[in-house]
Amino acid sequence: MDIHFTADQPSAEEKAAVDQELGAPETGWDGGQRHVASDGRVAFGGHDAGSHRHKLLPALHAVQEHIGWISPGAINYISQRLGLPPAEVYGVASFYQLFSLTKRPPVVAHVCEDIACMTRGSEEVCRKLENKLGPAGKPCMGGKAAWLRSPCLGLCERAPAALVSAAGKSPRERVLAPATADGIEELLREGIDGKLPAESDALSMKASIPQAGSANLVLLRRLGKSSATSLDEYRKSDGYEALRKAIEIGPEAVVREVIDSKLLGRGGAAFPTGKKWEALLNQRKRGRPHYVICNADESEPGTFKDRVVMEGDPFAVLEGMTIAALATGAKKGYIYLRGEYPFAAERLAHAISAARKAGLLGENILGRGLNFDIELRRGAGAYICGEETALFNSIEGYRGEPRNKPPFPTQAGLFRQPTSVNNVETLINVPEIIRMGGTAYAKIGTTNSAGYRLWCVCGHVARPGVYETPFGGTLRELIQMAGGVAGNGRLQAVLLGGAAGAFVTPKELDVPLTFEGTRAIGATLGSGVVMLFDDSVDLKKILLRIARFFRDETCGQCVPCRVGVVRQQETLERLIAQKPLGTTETEVRMLREMGQAMRDASICGLGQTASSALESALNRWSIFS
Amino acid sequence: MSDLAPKPLIPVPRGPVPEAPPPRKRAMVELTIDGQKVSVPEGSTILDAARQLGIDTPTLCFLETLAPVNVCRVCVVELEGSRVLVPACSRKAEPGMSIKTDSERVRLSRRMVLEFLASSVDVSTAPQFPGYAKRYGADPERFGSKAETVAQPPKIDNDLYVRDYSKCILCYKCVEACGVDAQNTFAIAVAGRGFDAHISTEFDTPLTNSACVYCGNCIGVCPTGALMFKSEYDMRQAGTWNESRQTKTDTICPYCGVGCVLTVHEQDGSIVKITSPLDQSVTHGNLCIKGRFGYRFVEVEKPRKK
Amino acid sequence: MLWGSNARETHPIFFHHLLQGVRKGAKLYVIDPRRTTSAQWADAWLGLDVGTDISLANAMGREIIAAGLAHKRFIEHATSGFEEYKKHVEKYTLERAERETGVPAEAIRQTAHAYAKAERAELCWTLGITEHHNAVDNVVALINLALLTGHIGRYASGVNPLRGQNNVQGGGDMGAIPDRFPGFQHVENDEIRAKFEAAYGRKIDPQKGLHLSGMFEAMEHGELTCLYVLGENPVDSEADRNRAKRLMGGLEFMVVQDLFYTETAALADVVLPAAAGWCETEGTVTSSERRVQRVRVAVPPPPGVRDDIEIVYDLARRMGHEWGPPKAECIWDEVRSLSPMHGGMSYKRLEEMGGIQWPCYDESHPGEIFLHGRLWADPLIGPRAPFSCVEQEPPADRLDKDYPIRLTTGRRLDSYNTNVQSGKFSSPLRREETLDISPEDGTKYNVREGEKVRVSSRRGSVIAPVRFDPGLRPGLAFLTGHFHDQVATNDLTIDAVDPKSGTSEFKATAIRIEKHSAN
Repeated sequence: MDIHFTADQPSAEEKAAVDQELGAPETGWDGGQRHVASDGRVAFGGHDAGSHRHKLLPALHAVQEHIGWISPGAINYISQRLGLPPAEVYGVASFYQLFSLTKRPPVVAHVCEDIACMTRGSEEVCRKLENKLGPAGKPCMGGKAAWLRSPCLGLCERAPAALVSAAGKSPRERVLAPATADGIEELLREGIDGKLPAESDALSMKASIPQAGSANLVLLRRLGKSSATSLDEYRKSDGYEALRKAIEIGPEAVVREVIDSKLLGRGGAAFPTGKKWEALLNQRKRGRPHYVICNADESEPGTFKDRVVMEGDPFAVLEGMTIAALATGAKKGYIYLRGEYPFAAERLAHAISAARKAGLLGENILGRGLNFDIELRRGAGAYICGEETALFNSIEGYRGEPRNKPPFPTQAGLFRQPTSVNNVETLINVPEIIRMGGTAYAKIGTTNSAGYRLWCVCGHVARPGVYETPFGGTLRELIQMAGGVAGNGRLQAVLLGGAAGAFVTPKELDVPLTFEGTRAIGATLGSGVVMLFDDSVDLKKILLRIARFFRDETCGQCVPCRVGVVRQQETLERLIAQKPLGTTETEVRMLREMGQAMRDASICGLGQTASSALESALNRWSIFS
Repeated sequence: MSDLAPKPLIPVPRGPVPEAPPPRKRAMVELTIDGQKVSVPEGSTILDAARQLGIDTPTLCFLETLAPVNVCRVCVVELEGSRVLVPACSRKAEPGMSIKTDSERVRLSRRMVLEFLASSVDVSTAPQFPGYAKRYGADPERFGSKAETVAQPPKIDNDLYVRDYSKCILCYKCVEACGVDAQNTFAIAVAGRGFDAHISTEFDTPLTNSACVYCGNCIGVCPTGALMFKSEYDMRQAGTWNESRQTKTDTICPYCGVGCVLTVHEQDGSIVKITSPLDQSVTHGNLCIKGRFGYRFVEVEKPRKK
Repeated sequence: MLWGSNARETHPIFFHHLLQGVRKGAKLYVIDPRRTTSAQWADAWLGLDVGTDISLANAMGREIIAAGLAHKRFIEHATSGFEEYKKHVEKYTLERAERETGVPAEAIRQTAHAYAKAERAELCWTLGITEHHNAVDNVVALINLALLTGHIGRYASGVNPLRGQNNVQGGGDMGAIPDRFPGFQHVENDEIRAKFEAAYGRKIDPQKGLHLSGMFEAMEHGELTCLYVLGENPVDSEADRNRAKRLMGGLEFMVVQDLFYTETAALADVVLPAAAGWCETEGTVTSSERRVQRVRVAVPPPPGVRDDIEIVYDLARRMGHEWGPPKAECIWDEVRSLSPMHGGMSYKRLEEMGGIQWPCYDESHPGEIFLHGRLWADPLIGPRAPFSCVEQEPPADRLDKDYPIRLTTGRRLDSYNTNVQSGKFSSPLRREETLDISPEDGTKYNVREGEKVRVSSRRGSVIAPVRFDPGLRPGLAFLTGHFHDQVATNDLTIDAVDPKSGTSEFKATAIRIEKHSAN
């Protein structure tokens, strides 16, 4: 296409960063050296030219990581390389929070100030940082660093948390949790000096999985026991046994086992996994490419189980995906990992490469004619990209705006082809199902909630972390397992399912933690978040933080959500300040109406659930009267 | 052979009347809307079906010539069996669907959408708004005077367009018209996120520095007057814009040979703007810079007798 | 396939339709010396040397035949002269074409195959084909390709010259061609002439008239001394402008009827102010797709300015002929009565149908969405379509060591012809005229962007600032014809004329560039 560029030119470093990601340009027309003898006579492009759009996000990442921000010149160069209009590239880049389109110091600390960290002193950390380094977002330490307030970093079991990234020739990222202002400052300094230490195994599994090593564990049985980087150790602990068996019994039988297992998706929507796969399998004859996607964009505040699994047992994720590929006929899979998980990225990249070398990914897997490979994609700071259709757009190089459904992903998903999207936790259940058989798996848990579940227990609890139980226990039992209520010991509320979930009261602790059990009390399991608040917590502040979260994270595409989340926050602010327009009752009624419109008329789950935590609180407490 | 040799002086004989291939036959889909049965060809939307029944469905981001983006949500309807409301403009009619277009749920969502928009955006030049607001009893004032808005100064960086994004409801139509649905220039896109999402050139550079080719097709589709011809903007500023004194006449563009239909808007003997009909097979409402703005020559100097 | 056309800028709304096709998977091939904005959309752009179109077309023809991709059934059924053509193009090997055009043989081969194999293919061209001294040869070389592959006379397959003016098609249709009456009826055909003589009640000269270049020729020889110019500005628009100005200045009597006091009007004895045809008068125009559409009065003309029809009728009256009311519809009905292909196009139907594509023989005829369908009728209707054997011939203005650079010309998106119309609105895209050259030539001639250079041809020289365009390669330069007040491009161009069409070779001038001392 005819692309117009502004006069902004890329620097040599920016070009190098992009070329390292995309490979060297082929002709003068796409940004390379101009050879008039050939370039002056013939140019190919047209349909091919725009067909590399899906490389946009990696290219933007490359510049952000190497330079520390994305300049107009860099956007022009990426546009030229990928045959895209700069206005669209700018539109995409400006969608993601981790990309900076204004000049920013190369070393940046993202300091979590979300609800889980709020219960563990994040406000204090931020206040100290303000004193030490100045306000968030402003350059500090001689203009070489900056700190930013961040939504949940998924390190809630070790709250409060921070993520430090140092851009440069060899970019580095690492997390700090629990974080202190001093610790963050030190990491920033090390980043400035180019000495930011690599992530260590000190992120011990023990700290994240209090049950680690217990003989009762199934999904988590390897974590903390066998090395996450050793394929041999994974194989020694039954690894890839299930894939072997799956190949043995064939796709139809695999799908049957998964249907029989009654496995429901663990990402929040609880859709039967087997049905999804069957839909793809049934379309095999139409000859379209199929995709499987591992949704690892774990961004629901309070959720960290997928991160822990990927860091501690990455091969299990790959094995689950490979079985999914076999079952659905997909040749290509993507892991869409949230951008704030550098360590999981490293572990997964290592595992993918080890699996490829061992013939467990790529052509002719296990010598059995199965072809499947996985590409790891990192998000860039956008909660909405965990919504499956937004995730497709993000991979394809568009803004991460959800699509209207139908068509459903199983009909028209990634690149408009049949696609199965499964959450990390869902996928690691699959090898177990194949090993033990679907019917046997279905007997675990309750009739309508079969199998095992991972819980993200955090907030005011004695031993926060990921817990595994078969379905069927109560909330009270889980809290007891985690050592009981911490903080001041007086439980005020539990948030189930994350920001898009619901609050329950101490009177409701006997609710069975099953899909049906929570539904019966107007709550949800969501992503398995169980966040405790003692009675020192001002719930209004938590509600306001949740409202602000949705306001920050709405993509802005549809009106009810784009404006609704703003009006919701404003109304809450007025109520908290006790300055209602009219009476408190009219304000509350207005909140209810907004909630209903967002739930009814929004395009995707974000808007549809943006008021649910707030409404659950309104239903349970008379917070504002 | 020789009798069939071409003879330039003889007119070419008439052949058969050429025909386009017939459109693919589409099965009919029967559904129920507000208790009335209606049959529409497969591929039709709920909006098409509702219109066939004469049901007036409000729309803002929908336009016949653009792919539906279903973002404004003012057209939502209640579909039996669906957890949430569905957008009439893009949801395809399916056999056996049962739809309500005026239920309490529908009216509430439509009213809220109108209130959300009118409380955050200046809708004073959006022609559809007053009617919709009345119909649904929208009261945008109820969010108070401190409700956040997108108010900002208009962008006037050239002599042809004014972009006043304080009037932008983010319907995506201009992006579509500038992009794949018509012009394919991609001078503008949606940038930013959430309430800060906005229509922007790359790096928000002035239009004159951007890819813009001033076809004005974005203005042609804008439902709120956020995008406006400078001629109209100036007259509105001066208080001389008066649609009741205007005539509209269709004619043909005086420039290249494509034959675009121009609708000439005349006020007080002068051309005040040029548009093109959406249902015209050549333009589909789209023009180029010459068709849209090249009319000025009839407004300036004329020759004289020597 | 767009050949010698930059439709993205010159026919923007046509290009919308084309892009809709591209979006649905259609392949686009662009053949143009420059990598234009149109070419940037192409699956393949072939950057041939100016004036080597026949070599390229003949080589494509040869390749299509050699690869067995010719449409044998169509050729046998509906064409003549195939064997001669086949023999004729035998010498146009891909290697020869690569040598002559500069385009790699493989790219030519791929393009030929893609065109021949396509289920449907359109071949469109503009002035890149026709503004040459061998314009008609260029056109038939392309038509050969359509005949060879059967890409003609079928839905969505055909050849299509994109018209540059809103009524250039209509002008020709109405008989503004030296040898034709309205409806392309030949002046030299006795039967047809008799029909017009009967209608007008007087004898009509059986001799065909002169085309524009012929008129200048006649002026040169003193055979044409009086000129009535309607809505043209030849002083600026003709190739070799100095000559045009000299000849028109030397006429005994010239009337110019125009909206503007143009450079040409400045030379006239009488200037008649005319209304703008598209918005101040009623009538019809005919677009590139043969669609006759209505123009209407939208605004009143300024005082003292009159409709062309009124002026002409008034002139007739002064000469003693009363033609009745000067109404566009009456004249149109007269056209309908004499030109069979317009017969069914009443104003009423034109309104109702939003225009009709000719031919439209009677009021029950829907018009025709494409032509030449008769070639597929079995049995064939009418004469066979002939292949033509044409040879590559370089442009008349040869390159040599004194004039080593090929200058070609074209339009910009926001401007039009000599800019008398388009110059009146404040276009943000408008920039001063520049001599566009490749960045490599900038280095070679040691000039910076914006630096003024002297551009000389064998006929004249102008001063122009330089601009680098990567769409050009070394040895190729570009000017528009829009800004004669800044750079009088037609001081440079050659009036080498195609004898068959009367078109000048605006597209190929030999120039040299020198640094201009006044910098």
